[in-house]
Amino acid sequence: MSHQIILDKVNYIYGAGTGRETHALKDISLVIDKGEFIGIIGHTGSGKSTLVQHLNGLMRATKGNIYYEGRDIYDRDYDMKSLRSEVGLVFQYPEHQLFEVDVLSDVCYGPKNLGLSKKEAELRAYDAIKSVGLSDEVILQSPFDLSGGQKRRVAIAGVLSMHPKVLILDEPTAGLDPMGRSEILGLIKKLQKESGITIILVSHSMEDVAEYVDRLVVMNEGSIVYDDTPKAVFSHYRELEEIGLAAPQITYVMQSVREAGIPVDTSASTVEEALTELLRVLKK
Amino acid sequence: MKAFDSSMIKTDNLTYEYIRRDEEGNVEGITTAVDGVSLDITPGEFIAILGHNGSGKSTLAKHINAILTPSEGTVWVDGKDTSDEANIWDIRQSAGMVFQNPDNQIIGQVVEEDVGFGPENLGVPTKEIWERVEESLKAVGMYAYRKASPNKLSGGQKQRISIAGVLAMHPKCIVLDEPTAMLDPNGRKDVIRAVRALNDVEKITIILITHYMEEIIHADRVFVMDEGHIAMEGTPRQIFSRVDTLKALRLDVPQVTELAYLLNKNGIPMPVGILTIDEFTEALCHTR
Repeated sequence: MSHQIILDKVNYIYGAGTGRETHALKDISLVIDKGEFIGIIGHTGSGKSTLVQHLNGLMRATKGNIYYEGRDIYDRDYDMKSLRSEVGLVFQYPEHQLFEVDVLSDVCYGPKNLGLSKKEAELRAYDAIKSVGLSDEVILQSPFDLSGGQKRRVAIAGVLSMHPKVLILDEPTAGLDPMGRSEILGLIKKLQKESGITIILVSHSMEDVAEYVDRLVVMNEGSIVYDDTPKAVFSHYRELEEIGLAAPQITYVMQSVREAGIPVDTSASTVEEALTELLRVLKK
Repeated sequence: MKAFDSSMIKTDNLTYEYIRRDEEGNVEGITTAVDGVSLDITPGEFIAILGHNGSGKSTLAKHINAILTPSEGTVWVDGKDTSDEANIWDIRQSAGMVFQNPDNQIIGQVVEEDVGFGPENLGVPTKEIWERVEESLKAVGMYAYRKASPNKLSGGQKQRISIAGVLAMHPKCIVLDEPTAMLDPNGRKDVIRAVRALNDVEKITIILITHYMEEIIHADRVFVMDEGHIAMEGTPRQIFSRVDTLKALRLDVPQVTELAYLLNKNGIPMPVGILTIDEFTEALCHTR
């Protein structure tokens, strides 16, 4: 069985009975398979952060069921603690949550809390620090002396050291420079490919999701409006604009070229795809 | 030495160093965040500053409204030396600042109160405060929300309220330090549109720091910082013509610029430094 997470008509309502009731998630049904790389996009307040916090039990559905590896996480005897170690969540600006005196201790904090011995925790932390591409030199440095991109890697290593099977990242590249953005996303892609971790990436960057994810979920007002490949989703760019989103700039470039009478296929959602298509048509 | 009257902001050999200390307070070393920067910005210019994380751009920006003062060199804002403490309040009134996180900048319970807070502190008469609040909210397209509670607004709306709050103090210049980093695509677009309008209509000098390359295409001049220096300076077209140099500085170009650059490399003659989709399409049609 490869279905790792199943959401069955999940609803979340807050402020019930206060007169300001908000239906933040509406009948969300979603099946996530092991090893997928999924992007979630939606404007601020569309429910995407609320959704991902349900996946590791941080928030509890008002109605509906969530199954993780075949078990109902709302069963009375379900071990919620083990779920949280298997479904790791990296929040926005995770570097604000670094607190230890050195990088190694910070990354060890999670595995120690799992009840592992100091040695075992340190081994895992070391592996995690290496897997996010940090050098040995930073291990005993204070996390606060590192650059923005390095701090973010330390925070991701802190979650990886718990050996999660699913890694959820809420805007992991906000505030990073362009190179820092592609380094972090390249790292995440590598983790998915090499360790088979399921990745769920919440993002505000259409260009980033077009480039990296295999499947794209679009949320609006608490519902899923599209769930398809990035290419297929971005072909609905007009509908996306109506809900406060857009396609990557490259999609609009191809539209414009076609409107000018050059017969290109307009479905490109990355620069590379657009280049291939233009060269195909122009060199005919 | 006195700045020219035609300068909004002038820096001469601006250098900012800070001392790093370990946990016991012993000196570990000195970091030079800004290293000998000289620049001159005239009133009404729209300036963009790019640079990777740690390149010194935020440190430079904090000198413009005297949050920081130079270790060496001089900064004049509207002709006033920022190192002279007597000038600080004048400087902060002529150069307003907007930061990345809107939640840290809004204090009022109601939008119009929040926007009125600045002029009230300046001792502006009540009637005029309300006039300023109205015009500022209109300028950023948020007048309809004047009675709303800020915490009910989206990130982009909150950021426009922050800008209105600065605007109500009637600054000559606004420095925005990554104002769109936390916003969704629509929020980003609305904030940039509001910023451009302030420059076009109100003739306010704008200094925009950003990591989003497509936000700077309307700037008059772009500075690219690296290691505390100004590594590149020019119009957006000049800057974006140098794709390889930008990438070496950990930056990027808009997708449309990159596509033109790659077509060129593949034998399709496209002009360098394409900034907009319309330009791209027109140039492409010419190659046929």
